[in-house]
Amino acid sequence: MVIELITYIVRFLLIILIQLLVVNNIELSTYVNPYMYILFVLTIPISMKPWVVVLISFFTGMVMDTFSSTPGLHMAATGFMGYMRGFYLQFSCSKEDFAGRIEPSISKKGIIWYIVYMTILTLLHHVFLFYLEIYSFKEFFRTLWRILSSTFFTVLIITIGQLLFYRNTKT
Amino acid sequence: MRNLIFFFYKYYTFILFFFLELFSFVVLYQYNNYQKASFLNFTGGISSSFYESINSTTNYFGLRNINDSLLAENATLRSQMMNAYYQSGTTQTSINDTVYKQQYSYISANVVNNSVTKRNNYITIDKGAMHGIEPDMGVISSNGVVGIVTSVSLHFATIRSALNGNTKISCMLKKNNAFGSLEWNGDDPKFSSLKYVNKHVPITSNDEVVTSNYSTLFPEGIPVGQVYAHSLDAGDNFHVIKVNLYTDFSTLKNVYVIKNIFKDEQQILEGNLKGGN
Repeated sequence: MVIELITYIVRFLLIILIQLLVVNNIELSTYVNPYMYILFVLTIPISMKPWVVVLISFFTGMVMDTFSSTPGLHMAATGFMGYMRGFYLQFSCSKEDFAGRIEPSISKKGIIWYIVYMTILTLLHHVFLFYLEIYSFKEFFRTLWRILSSTFFTVLIITIGQLLFYRNTKT
Repeated sequence: MRNLIFFFYKYYTFILFFFLELFSFVVLYQYNNYQKASFLNFTGGISSSFYESINSTTNYFGLRNINDSLLAENATLRSQMMNAYYQSGTTQTSINDTVYKQQYSYISANVVNNSVTKRNNYITIDKGAMHGIEPDMGVISSNGVVGIVTSVSLHFATIRSALNGNTKISCMLKKNNAFGSLEWNGDDPKFSSLKYVNKHVPITSNDEVVTSNYSTLFPEGIPVGQVYAHSLDAGDNFHVIKVNLYTDFSTLKNVYVIKNIFKDEQQILEGNLKGGN
């Protein structure tokens, strides 16, 4: 239990650091703004109580806000995603998945399930975040393109990250 | 009563979610409305010192470019000094001048955090309230305009860069003083757009855009950029102008914060005018 907690804290710090120091510096274009820090929320075990997930996602968003001068923005978006995650898992997972301490990962759930899960929740997060950021539908289609291309890159980075860091998770 | 308790029990996740979401919206809304940004003053210290320590390492990679730009700036400043001019008159009189009074002073600062690809970009610098920086001061680099100070902590300040949807800088064309407003449309960090220039104003490519005399943040005539492309839609009253910015935001390292000594006086006067009407 304690080891597990430490694992999560280390993982949290690592993911936040990678987001801030590596991913935020990928300045390819204004249409590519990946936010891979949501990986932490997405890989919380399936059986975790929804309200804990909501709390964790708000906290994750708050930490990101602190480092990007955008109070409330990431907090609202990540919290929304954390809340929707519960619904998505309820309809896409079997009873057995909720029984153990299974993390949503490629090795446990298969690549197709994983990609669909990541894409849908990342899309939700990005739609919320990007439209909230410009606070109007004035630049509707331009923002939509930013969302779609950023989602693609986020999912790409998350999948690579998952393959790198989560390979040896114990059963 | 029992139903109420049952309701809370059944929907506690939603209620938790709802209140936290409400909280973040309040924070977000307050920040958008008032540039006071108490949230940043509260947390700014943590993130700024984090970026400062990262920056102290990565700074070494760019030393050569920084030196070059500083040398170039030194050269232009030197050419403006009195001893660079040939004295054509025979007598030199020195007057204790009451006509010219210093209006602007400059505080130099280093950039510790910066972004260019977000919709709303912010810059963090390593000077703060301790060094005399206040919110709503203009910021320039040696090449051109950078942005406006948003919030200040003791040792740091955050700047809303010109690459931000909420930044509007009053500008004009250098050749005929036609004024407009510089706003970024979020597309390309090298370009911005100049809006509200009347259609009767003649414009050609490569016209220089500078800050206008209407702004209390910037002295008149600070370079902003060059007209890159311009068009005029039928039935529209204003030109659509694309401006090539002089400031390269992606390699920004040294900036100057402008302190307008007469700003308060001007604003109080203008405030009186509004109150009087």
